[in-house]
Amino acid sequence: MNVLIISPVIIPFTTAIILLLLFKLKSVQRYISLIGSLVSLGISISLLVHTIDSGILSVQIGNWPAPYGITIVSDLFSAIMVVMTALMSLTVNIYSMIDIDTKRIQYGYFPLINILLMGVNGAFLTGDIFNLYVWFEVMLMSSFVLMVLGGERKQMEGAVKYVTLNLISSALFLAGLGILYGEIGTLNMADIAYTLRATADATVTGSTAMLFFIAFGIKAAIFPLFFWLPASYHTPPASVSALFAGLLTKVGVYSLIRSFTLFFVQDATFFHEFMIIIAGFTMLTGVLGAASQFEFRRVLSFHIISQIGYMIMGLGIFTPLAIAGSIFFLIHNMITKTNLFFISGVVYRLKGSYELKKLGGLYASHPWLSIFLVISAFSLAGLPPLSGFWAKFALIKAGLQSQDYPIVFIALFVSMLTLFSMVKIWAEAFWKKQPSQKNDFKSKLSARDYIVMIIPIGMLALLAVAIGIGFEPLMNICMKAASQLLNPELYIQSILGGYPK
Amino acid sequence: METVLAFLIGFLYAAGVYAMLRRSIIKLVIGLMLMGQATNLLIFTAGGLTRAQAPLVEPGQTIPPAIHADPLPEALILTAIVISFGVLAFMLVLVHRAYQTVGTDDLDKLKGTDS
Repeated sequence: MNVLIISPVIIPFTTAIILLLLFKLKSVQRYISLIGSLVSLGISISLLVHTIDSGILSVQIGNWPAPYGITIVSDLFSAIMVVMTALMSLTVNIYSMIDIDTKRIQYGYFPLINILLMGVNGAFLTGDIFNLYVWFEVMLMSSFVLMVLGGERKQMEGAVKYVTLNLISSALFLAGLGILYGEIGTLNMADIAYTLRATADATVTGSTAMLFFIAFGIKAAIFPLFFWLPASYHTPPASVSALFAGLLTKVGVYSLIRSFTLFFVQDATFFHEFMIIIAGFTMLTGVLGAASQFEFRRVLSFHIISQIGYMIMGLGIFTPLAIAGSIFFLIHNMITKTNLFFISGVVYRLKGSYELKKLGGLYASHPWLSIFLVISAFSLAGLPPLSGFWAKFALIKAGLQSQDYPIVFIALFVSMLTLFSMVKIWAEAFWKKQPSQKNDFKSKLSARDYIVMIIPIGMLALLAVAIGIGFEPLMNICMKAASQLLNPELYIQSILGGYPK
Repeated sequence: METVLAFLIGFLYAAGVYAMLRRSIIKLVIGLMLMGQATNLLIFTAGGLTRAQAPLVEPGQTIPPAIHADPLPEALILTAIVISFGVLAFMLVLVHRAYQTVGTDDLDKLKGTDS
């Protein structure tokens, strides 16, 4: 059991080591990384099943009793995120087989994505706030290198901004946790939650909470801290963009939800109103940015920002249904967003451009790709019966129940604009005829390679449909996860055990 | 002592932000470094300053003396220093490559991917 909880961290790490040992065998690396991600998926699903069956699981590293040692915790929210990470890693590995050129593999692409996954899983599973910082750094270091791998000019320009903003965010997070430690003398998340509830001094936690909010907010790309995202996410190869879009900002959202449900609950009314305002601005600026863009991946990058707004909105409303809606939205968004980036990569392979103006005629030549795009794009916009509809339905219902009418109105309005910019992609790249004077590009993508690239796209599109049709079991799990988050006594109890009541 | 350190930390943060707002890409790296050092000192100060009381267990005792310096902030800072060392090394290489590829060290001219 103990091994099961830490294996989502161990498996990518082992895979990375094996890959480093086989550094020269470029073609073998693809398959080993794929096998590693399959094993990860199996293990993380079994972790999720165990967590559903037997509640919150935890393990003390090195048998140092909590709160002195480092705790690894798997509650439902963590387990769901770990399963989603494994799923993303599987699809990205399949997609990378074709998308990543041998030069990038030569410079260690596959070991790097496995280290990245280790960092992401570690961040989801850790129960120690300083350990969370360390996992952030593991994740960031490999993402920095993935961002610049290939050394193209635009990659360098994007990476300077990406690296700087993320380092500032890490410094703020570190400052916040240093002050928190100075005030209450513990780093274990359950112990922090317990101590802060016992002492309940809002003046102490206010500044720390704000530092955490800004640090995680930069990582999650909320308004007004998102400028690094549209400046950098469209620069690396499509599979790297897809992996980043699916995972990295979501780690920021995860940390926000975790810290603002577990420990920063003293000054709740201020922070919840503040979050709702921020969420509204995040949605609006993101979607307006997307509406003004005509580059495929930049449109998608701005949509990441606007979708983050929905997740923060759920956290701000702070009812069980709203938190469940946020978690459901995270799941839905990881699937569809990654898929849209995958599709943009295939389109680039076929037409040699990301500029919507230069694209066209893909519906006639590649009907399957078009169907998968329609599914993902309409799911993102929130049309029934796809996954996005239920995610938004839960959030908006929660908003109406708690009478936050302005944010509900903004969410619906932003959905409409999302549909507008998704239709823009559909109409420009797929529906209209190929602009005749600009199509001198000859695609080098063979039929076999095209099929390999379309497999992960099809998988994720089917998943979006499956979640939409059979949403109830998943929503039940999300509701359970939300009730665990909103009743932190369970979390505290299961980690600290008989520690002073 | 805390007051002196508080002013020093404030000065380091201010200097770091000022350097980051300059246009030169090298000053950006220096600014990030200063901010990292300020954060380390902040953890050190917030963790509580205790002079000349090492957290050592005397022979024959099972617990350290009642007043002792908390060793944990130092451990945190040590980890943070190691991480920032790695990040700094990466950052310097990145800046060098960016300069080679883009041909300028002026941050105002690195706007190719902004809009």
